[in-house]
Amino acid sequence: MRRVVAPVAALILAGCSSAPARPVEMRPGPDPVALAARTQTADQQVLHALARLTFGARPGDAERVRQMGVDRWIDEQLHPERIADASAEAWAGDFEVVQKTAAQLEAAYQNPGALVNQLGARNSGGMTRDDSLRVRQARQNLRRIAEEAQAVRVGRALLSERQLQEVMTDFWLNHFSVFAGKGIREQYYLADYENRVIRPRALGKFRDLLGAVAKSPAMLFYLDNWESAADSGRPRLVNPAEPVVRRAVRRRFPAAANPQSPMAQQVRRRLRAGLNENYGRELLELHTLGVDGGYTQQDVINAARALTGWTIAGPRQSGGFTFTPFMHDAGEKRILGHTLKAGRGIEDGEELLDIVARHPSTARFIAYKLARRFVSDSPSTALVERAAVVFQRTDGDLREVVRTIVTSPEFFARESYRAKVKSPFEVVLSTLRALNAQPDRSMRTAQLIAGLGQPVYGRQTPDGWPETGEGWMGTGAILNRINFGLLVAAGRVPGVTPAAFPHVEELRQAPREQQVDGVVGVLLGGDVSSVTRAVLVSGRNPLLDAAADSLATARPLPARGLAQVIGLALGSPEFQRRSPSHATSRLP
Amino acid sequence: MPRRVFLKDSALALVTLGLSPSFLRRTTLAMDLPLAARGKVLICLFQRGAADALNVVLPFGEREYYALRPSIAVAPPTRAAGSVGAIDLDGFFGLHPALAPLKPLWDSGLLAPVHAVGSPSATRSHFDAQDYMESATPDHKGTPDGWLNRYLATSGTCEQCTPAPFRAVAMTPQTPRILQGSAPSVAMNSVAEFTVRSGGTQAAQLEALYRTGSADLIHGTGTEMFEAVKLLRAANPQRYQPEHGAVYPASQFGQRLLSIAQLIKSGVGLEVAFADVGGWDTHVNQGGATGQLAQRLGDFGAAIAALVTDLGDRMEDVVIVTMSEFGRMAQQNGNGGTDHGHAGAMFVIGGRVNGRRVHGQWPGLAREQLYEGRDLALTTDFRTVFTEVATKHLGATKADTLFPGFAPNATLGVLG
Repeated sequence: MRRVVAPVAALILAGCSSAPARPVEMRPGPDPVALAARTQTADQQVLHALARLTFGARPGDAERVRQMGVDRWIDEQLHPERIADASAEAWAGDFEVVQKTAAQLEAAYQNPGALVNQLGARNSGGMTRDDSLRVRQARQNLRRIAEEAQAVRVGRALLSERQLQEVMTDFWLNHFSVFAGKGIREQYYLADYENRVIRPRALGKFRDLLGAVAKSPAMLFYLDNWESAADSGRPRLVNPAEPVVRRAVRRRFPAAANPQSPMAQQVRRRLRAGLNENYGRELLELHTLGVDGGYTQQDVINAARALTGWTIAGPRQSGGFTFTPFMHDAGEKRILGHTLKAGRGIEDGEELLDIVARHPSTARFIAYKLARRFVSDSPSTALVERAAVVFQRTDGDLREVVRTIVTSPEFFARESYRAKVKSPFEVVLSTLRALNAQPDRSMRTAQLIAGLGQPVYGRQTPDGWPETGEGWMGTGAILNRINFGLLVAAGRVPGVTPAAFPHVEELRQAPREQQVDGVVGVLLGGDVSSVTRAVLVSGRNPLLDAAADSLATARPLPARGLAQVIGLALGSPEFQRRSPSHATSRLP
Repeated sequence: MPRRVFLKDSALALVTLGLSPSFLRRTTLAMDLPLAARGKVLICLFQRGAADALNVVLPFGEREYYALRPSIAVAPPTRAAGSVGAIDLDGFFGLHPALAPLKPLWDSGLLAPVHAVGSPSATRSHFDAQDYMESATPDHKGTPDGWLNRYLATSGTCEQCTPAPFRAVAMTPQTPRILQGSAPSVAMNSVAEFTVRSGGTQAAQLEALYRTGSADLIHGTGTEMFEAVKLLRAANPQRYQPEHGAVYPASQFGQRLLSIAQLIKSGVGLEVAFADVGGWDTHVNQGGATGQLAQRLGDFGAAIAALVTDLGDRMEDVVIVTMSEFGRMAQQNGNGGTDHGHAGAMFVIGGRVNGRRVHGQWPGLAREQLYEGRDLALTTDFRTVFTEVATKHLGATKADTLFPGFAPNATLGVLG
C-alpha cells in the first residue's frame, strides 16, 4: 500500500481538456448541461448516490430519495446542519468519551504509565498489592476509553441521518490519519478528534479544518510536534534557562521535582530536544500539497521550525493545545517563496497554514482525493481540475468542492456505477445498514472490521488506509469478507438477526427463486449479474459446473434456507463494491 | 487427491473457459522451483513491548549486573541441586533458565545470540522503535514499506511472474508493518482458519460466484483465493502431525509457529514468514529466575524449540530471527521491573548459522559504559543482522535498496 501520488503533472497538462469550464454551482439543482450529460438512468442515479454518499442504504431510503429527487437529497446531505439527527446524537451522547474533552479525560483518568512511574519513584524493590490494584484499574479505564472511541465511531456511522457528513468524517479521519497505538496518551484524544475536530468541519472550510487538526492533541502527539523545539544554536523566543521558564516547567510537570524521576529526564530531554520534522513533512506531503506538490527539503525543515512550540498542555493545566514560547524557533524562515520574519511566535505556524491551505497544489491534491473517493479509483483530470478550481475560488469551501464532484456528469456516468470497491469499514457498515441493525455498545462490531483488515484508529503509518480497490483486494481479504457474510447469515453479528430481515416471514415461506429476488433486492439493489443470480438460485454456475471437491472446513457456520441465500449474497462479488442496496422494499 | 493432479485438472477447466491460468502457472512454478532448489525460508519473530535482553542472555560474569538488579538478577550457573541459575553458554553469558528448551540448539550449533544489538535511534517510544525496526530506517518516518516487503518486491524467482500466494505470510490478524508495501502477502491467524467457513455445498456456490470468467479485480482475486484455500487444504491442516516428537505450546504464539511449520512442509512456496508475541513491557514485578518474564520466556523458548525440532533437517534452509524494538534499563526500577532502554539482544537460529557463540561486542555495564548513563550501549546495528540474513541466507543482491543509506558492519559474521 503505497502512498498516494496525485497526478499533478497530468493536471498541469490538462489545460486543453475537452470538458469546458462550467460556472461554479452554488445553489441546489445542477445546470441543465451537466444534467443532460448524466448517463445513468434516473433509477440508477438514486441508487448510486445512496451508495456513494452514505455507508449503505437502509430499507426505505431509496423510496425517500426517489420521491424527494436525487438532487434535492444531495443538497440536503450537503447541509447536515439542516438534518435532524436526534437518535444518533442521543446514542453517542451516552458515552463518556463523547461527553468529555480530551483534556477532561486525561485529567479524570490517570495515565497508567505515569502512575507506574510515580509509584516506582516512591517504592523500592516492588509494588504493593494496593499499588497493583490501582495500576490495574488505571489500565482498565484506559481500555474502556479506547474501546468507547471505536464503538462510538462505528455506531454513529450506522445511525446518523447525516450520512454524507459521516462519510466525509471517515474521509478526513483517513486523510489526517492518527494511530491509537502511538502511545498511551493517544487513546485519550481519539474521540475528541473525531467529535470536536473533524466532524464539525468535515464540510466546512479547509483552512479551518487544517488549523483544528494542527492544534489537536491527537495530531500533535501522533506526529510528534508536541516535542519539537528549536535546534540548539537557533534563537528561541524565550530562553529556557530563564527562571520564569523553570518555574513554568515545575508547575507543569510536578512529577519532575525529583531529578532522578523519569519525568524529570523527559523534561530535560524536551528542553534540549531539537527540531522534529515529522509533522512538518507530513503536513506538506500528506495533508496539503501532496508528494509532488512542489516543495523542497528546506521547506519541510522551515515548516517544522515555524511550528515549534505548538504543543499539548499538561492534564493538570488546561490540557489541549498550547503555544510554548521557550520551545519556539524565533529565527527568520523562508517557506514556499514566503518569508516569515524573525521574532514572531504562534503567528509563524498560523501563516504557514494559510500558505499551504491556499497553495494551488493543495487545491488539486484535495480535489483529486475527493474525486477518487466518490467517483472512481482513477478520476478524470477534467473533473479534478474543475473541483480544484472551485476549491480555489471558494477559499477551500469543502461543501462546494464535494457538491461539484457528486453532481458532476462523471459521478453519474455509467462507468462510475459500482466502480468502487468497499473498504472493510464499508463492508460491515453497509451490511448493518441494509439489515437495519442496532448499534453495538461493545467492541464486537469494531473487532469484525479489524478482522477484515481495517482496525478503527489502527492505521500505523500517517498515509491512511488505501482508497482504491487494489489496496483492499488480496486473497486473504476476500476470504475474510466471505466469512463475514457467513457470520452474518449465521446470526453471529451483534445487532443483526436474520429474523429482522425485511419481509422475513413471507420470504421464509417463499420458493427459492423468490427468496433470491427478495435478498438481491435488499442487499444488492435488485441488480446482479445473471451468473450471480443463477448461482444463488440453483447453486450452480452455468459456465462452470463447479465439481468443487468439497471445501472441508474447520468450523462451518450453519445456515439453511433464507439465511443461506443471505450468506451467499453478502459473499458475492457484487456486494464487495459500493453498490446500491434496497432498490425495493416490496416483495418482487 | 494428489496436489499436482488437482492443479492440472483445474488449470484445464480454466483454460476451457478462456481464463488466463496465470495464477496456477505461478503457483505451480512456486511449487516446483523451491522444491527443486530447496527454497530458503526466513522466519522473523517480533517480541513486541521491548524484551529485557539483560535477563534473556544475561551477563552473569559481570559484577555490575548484580549490583544494578538486586532483586531481579538471575543467579550464576550452579550445579547445586534445587537452585535455579542461568544456563551457562560461554562462562560469561547465560540463558535465562526458562529458555532451557533452547539449550540443545546451542549445543548443536544452531543458536547464535547477538548481544548489544538494536536501533541507533535514541527513541524510547515503542511505536517509533517498532516502526523503525520494521521499516529498517531508524529515525526516518516517511518510509512507506516494511523491509521484508522491499525484499519481496525486489527479488523473485523470475522477473515476469507474480509470486505464489503464500510466498509471504504473517501469522497475525493484520498485515504487520514489516510486510506492508507493494508486494502481496497474506495475513492469517492460522492455517486451519484460512478456509471458507461453510459447508461443502455453500462453499462451492460461493466459489461459483467468483469463477464466472470475469477477469476484473474482485472476480480474479476471488478465484485466486479459492485456489489458495484448496492448495492449503491439500496440506490437510486438521491432521497435521509435528515430526520428531516436537510439542508446541498451546499458547497463541506456539500455535502460530506450528502453522508456519505446516506451511513450510506443505510446499506452497513460503519464503518469508512473520509472527509476533507481546507481553514484554515489564515495568512492574518482572521477576527473576521465575515470575512474569520467566513465563513469557518459557513460552517463547518452548515454541521456538518445537519449531526447530519439527522442521528437523529442513533447518538447513531455514533461518529464524528474533527481534524486539529496544532493550530495557540496566538498573531495575522501584517497582521490581525495568523501564525502556536502548540496545537489546537477538537470536539467529538455523542450520547454517555460526552457532555456539554469542556474537557482537560487549560494551559492559559500568556506569560510564552505559548509553546515557542508564542503558546497555549499542555495538551492532540491527540492520547488520538483517543484511547478513537477506544477502547470505536469502541471496538478496540489492541490500542497499533494502537498507537505504546503511553500511553494515562486515565483521559480525552470524551467517557463513
